[in-house]
Amino acid sequence: MISLDTIEVVFGRGTPLEKKALNGVNLTIEEGSFVTVIGSNGAGKSTLLGVLAGDVIATSGKVTIGSEDVTRKATAARASRVARVFQDPLTGSCGALTIEENLALAARRGERRGLSSALGSSRRAAFRERIAELNLGLENRLGDKMNLLSGGQRQAVSLIMATLAGSDVLLLDEHTAALDPGMAEFIMNLTQRVVSSRKLTTLMVTHSMRQALDYGDRTVMLHGGEIVLDVAGDSRKDLSVEDLIAMFRRIRGQTIDDDALLIG
Amino acid sequence: MSLIAFWGAVELGLVYAFVALGVYLAFRVLDFPDLTVDGSFPLGAAVTAVLIVAGVNPWLAALVAMLAGATAGVVTAMLNVRFRILNLLASILTMIALFSVNLRVMGKPNVALINADTMISPFFGLGLRDYLVRPLFVGVLAVIALILVWRFLESDAGLAMRATGANARMARAQGVNTDRQIYLGMALSNALVALGGALFAQTNGFADVTSGIGTIVVGLAAVIIGETLFGARTLLFALIGCVIGSILYRIAIQLALSIDGIGLQASDLNFVTAVLVTVALVLPRLRKGRA
Repeated sequence: MISLDTIEVVFGRGTPLEKKALNGVNLTIEEGSFVTVIGSNGAGKSTLLGVLAGDVIATSGKVTIGSEDVTRKATAARASRVARVFQDPLTGSCGALTIEENLALAARRGERRGLSSALGSSRRAAFRERIAELNLGLENRLGDKMNLLSGGQRQAVSLIMATLAGSDVLLLDEHTAALDPGMAEFIMNLTQRVVSSRKLTTLMVTHSMRQALDYGDRTVMLHGGEIVLDVAGDSRKDLSVEDLIAMFRRIRGQTIDDDALLIG
Repeated sequence: MSLIAFWGAVELGLVYAFVALGVYLAFRVLDFPDLTVDGSFPLGAAVTAVLIVAGVNPWLAALVAMLAGATAGVVTAMLNVRFRILNLLASILTMIALFSVNLRVMGKPNVALINADTMISPFFGLGLRDYLVRPLFVGVLAVIALILVWRFLESDAGLAMRATGANARMARAQGVNTDRQIYLGMALSNALVALGGALFAQTNGFADVTSGIGTIVVGLAAVIIGETLFGARTLLFALIGCVIGSILYRIAIQLALSIDGIGLQASDLNFVTAVLVTVALVLPRLRKGRA
């Protein structure tokens, strides 16, 4: 189970540029559920993801991942619990290393790394099998440098990398945003397959309202650092993209009114 | 170039192969431009020489030299990681400080090892000529070092270090403590360089406080020449390139200095070095431009 307890994140505290990126966010994610997160730019989506990953340390509040309080833990120290696919394909993997070296690196995420060879024959065989699942022909290119792959191929490999070691939560950070529509669809289908077959607890941040409703079993909308919508089950099933956009507009309009009131 | 001069160049090249391997770890693996080596090379020489003169076993003396080098690397890493000083500047600070440290260690600018027993002494008089024994001995050690570095970089732990240099953000997401990797990498790198210094002192029979000047350029030259000739396709090729590059560099220098027609003399060494490194840097680009 993942829980965020009244999380506040303030950037540049005490400076004229002080910004409250998250304002008392409470969120509990049950084991095995797949939550999609939407929101406009600056809504706090990336900060929320960063708080879970460890890149952002919360100003106040408590972060629990898999029954462990990780509020103050750095990214590397909580990596055994957190798997992640980045938005930028270049960030999620090492271009200078080969495909199988990247896989070997990910296979020991959060574990002690010893002096035994990273690419023994049994490991190689296991990697080949997992990469063959992709049907991209990459299983014959395991010795190729990662930077020879296209962005879509890299994201596909990154998804496999994220599942090689166990995790309490899989974080997907707009992981199809940098891809063409065809490849984005391929990656989303793959995501669906991987998440459901491994029953992964997943949090996916996305720009696409369509994706937010089509995938997962719960949708959360962020605005101004707060959760303004949290739907699951039947009420979510009946929701259309149009409804979501209407809601989105209404919320935005409201805040503009609020601001106007404040200034006036 | 005489036969003795040729083997002398090979020997020196093999001594500096340790520097090249260390520089490869810092510059290529960790992406850390480390000038500490200009201090840790003479540090290795100084520590070894002083200990040998004091009657310590030369192998033990070399080991202590490596520890001293590793400590120097850790200091640079600490300045960078803990105190957030720019990596290049951090290494320059350590390098400058080491000049004084080396003088303190030796108590004078120069320590001679004439008639002292060194690691190589037992191998003289076994039938091979002296000028062959030295490069052979250093060569065997260099090959062992190369294999150890190679196996390390291909291990899980080494992979974590390579990821730290190539993509630190990704490494952290995979649970790699990147700060610790910088400490470890800098210690390893400078331990290798100090071992080079220790071997330099033992093969040449002296340690000198000024012998570190330009070590970094020589190490880089070896790495770059190796990459130009062997490419960096695989790790093993890159490491072999470091060793061969170091030898070729010394032979090229020896050639340039020994051809009478050019009129170069020993004091032109640094200029010739700069030209060689420049050529090694520009050649691959020219080749690519034509293709």
